[in-house]
Amino acid sequence: MTVAAKPLVETAARPVRGGRRFALDWLGAVPFLAYVGVFLLLPTAIVVGGSFVGPNGLTLSNLTAMNKPFIVGAFVNSVVLSAGSAIIGAVLGAVLAYAVVTGNPDGVLRRLVTSACGVLAQFGGVTLAFAFIATIGFEGFITIWLKQHGINIYANGIWLFQLSGLLLVYTYFQIPLMVLVFLPALDGIRPQWREATESLGGATWHYWRYVAGPLLAPAFFGGLLLLFANSFSAYATAAALINQGSIIASLLIANTLTSEVGLAQPGLASALALVMVIVVAIVMVLYTVLQQRTARWLQ
Amino acid sequence: MSRSRRLKLQVFRVIVFLVFGAFFLVPIGAMFEFSTRGNTDTAPRTLSAWQTIFQTPDLVAAILASLALAVITSAGMLVLLVPTMIWVRLRLPRLNRVVEFLCLLPLTIPAIVLVAGLAPEYRWLSINVSESILTLAFVYLVLVLPYTYRTLHAGLAAIDVKTLSEAARSLGAGWATVMGRIIVPNMWSALLNAALLSVAVVLGEFTIANLLNYVNLQVAIALLGRANAGVSIAVAVASLMFAFILLVILSFFGRPRARVAQLEADTTLSWGQKT
Repeated sequence: MTVAAKPLVETAARPVRGGRRFALDWLGAVPFLAYVGVFLLLPTAIVVGGSFVGPNGLTLSNLTAMNKPFIVGAFVNSVVLSAGSAIIGAVLGAVLAYAVVTGNPDGVLRRLVTSACGVLAQFGGVTLAFAFIATIGFEGFITIWLKQHGINIYANGIWLFQLSGLLLVYTYFQIPLMVLVFLPALDGIRPQWREATESLGGATWHYWRYVAGPLLAPAFFGGLLLLFANSFSAYATAAALINQGSIIASLLIANTLTSEVGLAQPGLASALALVMVIVVAIVMVLYTVLQQRTARWLQ
Repeated sequence: MSRSRRLKLQVFRVIVFLVFGAFFLVPIGAMFEFSTRGNTDTAPRTLSAWQTIFQTPDLVAAILASLALAVITSAGMLVLLVPTMIWVRLRLPRLNRVVEFLCLLPLTIPAIVLVAGLAPEYRWLSINVSESILTLAFVYLVLVLPYTYRTLHAGLAAIDVKTLSEAARSLGAGWATVMGRIIVPNMWSALLNAALLSVAVVLGEFTIANLLNYVNLQVAIALLGRANAGVSIAVAVASLMFAFILLVILSFFGRPRARVAQLEADTTLSWGQKT
């Protein structure tokens, strides 16, 4: 009996050993997964969960509070600002990208423009707010110069520190971002396609309307969506420019989170954050879909 | 292309570059102008604001903290991400999509949202572990993931990781040797790019530090802006120039001509979200 039992044990051991090797492989990914779990997934879960928690336990009051006028107003402002700056940024960014792409692909100019766009698209925030305060603030370089020539740009109110000011300031990082997103798509357009259009008797208008336009459309609208999400979730620039009030959603979240008079409402802040992340997630999913469409035609 | 169209195109390009150049350079020039103003309207140009940077202890502390955070974040990112990405590529290909998704996820979760969930975590950290501003490196590492993942992914795709590691393993190398002495030396430029991108991101971060009540470089600039606009604008210009130099270095490092467009596309995706 003991002799017969031995091989039984050995055959049983084989799958065990295989299973352990499999588990050891997975062990290699554990540090990364644990880290991301603690510092990315857990905070997200806290936001989602926190939206349903009030002072007296589970509640939906945070989400039903979303229809309060000041909250709706902040989100409407955010959408208007994001849509406006996305459209302006996408159109102007596409024009600049076209000017870049018609030059020497290995030239210094292109390298300089892409590097500058990389910095300008990223280094928004405080620096950017100060740049505009130094330019067209009360003591700004252009404000003073225009005043000396009899033009007061603030005759109709101090628009720099309002929504229209944010719109202008946001285009400063939206245009470079569009250039970065749109350049690869423009690079995919071959000169031969234009020649083919011409050999078939097409004019410039026909080329843009029937060849380049449809090919570039997914990339353009993808860029537009990315710019929208970018502006919708931006906080630093607005915070540095506007010291008081919560005219847009990101400022509202921050003020609800850290109210200095002790009125911080973590539940409400979480619910606001949840709404924002849902909007951004939807936009980013659409962006990814359009990106894949772009990749199908333009390699 | 006909001569008249080429001429029209050249005129178009010159006008576009002039107009956009003005739009983007005037505010930066205005910052220089502002930071060198004297105390009164008629006072001569002065560099006193620039000199005051180093005489403002709070500001120096914030600059040092941000630089330390940049170094810690870059190093931590490389230590965490590089072995994981190599390991997943070699042994856990099924996990590839999961790692990619997790790395790009911070693009979809705005910093302002993340901070709402991080507040309780950092309250716990400051009570039980440390109140140091350097604990921000934990979350900064997450923030830089999308930027660095793309770069490292391109670096790994450019070499035949599988063949290299099999060759090394068949000659008796352990996994540490495969990673440290075979794969890493083959992707130096990707590692450098990833590290520089992390530095640029960390130096520009404002949202999370501000809302968790830590004073990093950007928060210090914003606070100082209310008291001494000249000095804070001088620092802002300096940090902008620093980031620009980093990215110019980056654009000259390890970018074979054919891959420029691809890498541009890669970095592009990473510039997805504003902090």
